[in-house]
Amino acid sequence: MNKLIDLQHITKTFDSNTVLDDMNLYIRENEFLTLLGPSGCGKTTTLRIIGGFENPDSGSVIFDGQDITSLAPNKRQVNTVFQKYALFPHMDIAENIAFGLKIKNKSKSYIDDKIKYALKLVNLDGYERRMPDSLSGGQQQRIAIARAIVNEPKVLLLDEPLGALDLKLRQDMQYELIRLKNELGITFIYVTHDQEEALTMSDTIVVMNQGYIQQIGTPEDIYNEPENAFVADFIGDSNILDSIMIRDELVEILGARFACVDTGFGENTPVDVVIRPEDVELVEPEKGTIQGVVTHIIFKGVHYEMEVTANGFEWLVHSTRMFAVGTKVGIHVDPFNIQIMHKPESEDEEAVGVNE
Amino acid sequence: MSNGKKLLACPYVIWSAVFIIIPLCMVFYYGLTDKSGAFTIANIAAIATAEHAKALWLSILLSLISTVICFLLAYPLAMILCNLNVNQHSFIVLVFILPMWMNFLLRTLAWQTLLEKTGVINSILGFLHLPTLNIINTPYAIVLGMVYNFLPFMVLPLYNVLVKIDKNVINAARDLGANSIQTFFKVILPLSVPGIISGITMVFVPALTTFVISTLLGGSKILLIGNVIEQEFTQTGNWNLGSGLSIVLMLFIIINMVATAIFDKEGTGTAL
Repeated sequence: MNKLIDLQHITKTFDSNTVLDDMNLYIRENEFLTLLGPSGCGKTTTLRIIGGFENPDSGSVIFDGQDITSLAPNKRQVNTVFQKYALFPHMDIAENIAFGLKIKNKSKSYIDDKIKYALKLVNLDGYERRMPDSLSGGQQQRIAIARAIVNEPKVLLLDEPLGALDLKLRQDMQYELIRLKNELGITFIYVTHDQEEALTMSDTIVVMNQGYIQQIGTPEDIYNEPENAFVADFIGDSNILDSIMIRDELVEILGARFACVDTGFGENTPVDVVIRPEDVELVEPEKGTIQGVVTHIIFKGVHYEMEVTANGFEWLVHSTRMFAVGTKVGIHVDPFNIQIMHKPESEDEEAVGVNE
Repeated sequence: MSNGKKLLACPYVIWSAVFIIIPLCMVFYYGLTDKSGAFTIANIAAIATAEHAKALWLSILLSLISTVICFLLAYPLAMILCNLNVNQHSFIVLVFILPMWMNFLLRTLAWQTLLEKTGVINSILGFLHLPTLNIINTPYAIVLGMVYNFLPFMVLPLYNVLVKIDKNVINAARDLGANSIQTFFKVILPLSVPGIISGITMVFVPALTTFVISTLLGGSKILLIGNVIEQEFTQTGNWNLGSGLSIVLMLFIIINMVATAIFDKEGTGTAL
């Protein structure tokens, strides 16, 4: 697959606040790419630069081989679905969907067909004459998507489109979006701060923090092999521990030695270790690598969430087995569930890393 | 509603009875009777006489022209105000509101002094060897006075609706291929209709009824319907005719209000 959009050395500053710093990112054709990060990380600014609503201070935006850095939004082959839907309140649903096509002077029969097709695609047939404010949030969002896709954009930009919806509706819409993407065969660029949304829908996730890209990868890569403590912490729950890499395939965590599978970190190197809560196994005290005591337990439905104090660290543990508060337990972790990460080397890199 | 709350409404009820309802009834009583107190519609029919019809026609014409000029000046101004950042914004609003802190009569008198044949403007023009401006005591001066005095009442309701338009709705129009002119006519203008309607009402109604501006800037030669009514009360002393003509004027204002109510269904365009 070739590069459809190529962002080269993008820098953007608002007042004295650098939102994006020398950002490089390419997006392939037919990809569902998610920009994920906390608020203020620059993900929405990136999307607005692609949509043409912001101009970067430096760097260029290449679309299909052409430089579109300073092209007006109405001349770009991308369409945006805005966070709060942004439907035209004075037009009915059919007029909303027809807006872009009328601007392009398409024939009436073409427009009517397109409206029918788009409403069917988003499961809202028969809503042509309704007004936007008579629709629920989820319905308005689907109309906003319909309004964007009738223009047959090469890329659909979605700016936290599900942010204002409740949990159940959000989950339904996630499946709808995946279905839409497969039916349309176009590129989706999706902005969200919700890691679960990102993991569910994306082909590629770009984790951002404070204007820097932290990691690019598939959902599996990002979850299982986070490159630094920020990514590990942002994507799901995790235990992040200061550790020392004794030698290849052996790491010392909280004074105890664990076998692992990583190599190439050198000997006696300080590292960060990530262990997912579901990868911490609670066993009989004598069978564990280290021993601790259960201090908290919460029932979460699918599993129990427990805190175990061991060697001065509060371990977060997810398990389907229950251990009462006060139980002495041993902690065992399989070698391939221990993820070793480089510590931030310079101060500059530190600023880019975990922000707590 | 509890009795305690009803009691709180008393001062207002008394106020409106004494100063609104009773005077209104008196206007209708005088307007529909002759000097002996007998019922007649002659006072209302008097609008048809050449002199009165001409004054009414001139009032409507000048008010319409002023309203249109106010609209054309206020719309770009309101749009500029919406796009300013907070600091610049409060400064501009202050500059704009500042003249309104001065008395209405004083401001209009100031224009009289400025526009006079030997006034400030003509002195400057003369000094620069430019042709002098002779618009005092003409309808032009009256329109100028109306625009000057009533412009803020057009700007504020327009600003109020424009500032409430979601920026993303405008971005969406651009995103869907509309250029800035198409975006203005297809999205911004239709969404500001409630503000346009309130602005028109708030300029047209006072302009239609004014007699101060026409007296001070129009000399005694140009009579607007407001002047005619004023003269009937203060000079001729014919309260019956004055009231009859007032009822006719009220009719025009009510027509305007009804038109407003039809357009402004949402009630979003309330000024201030």
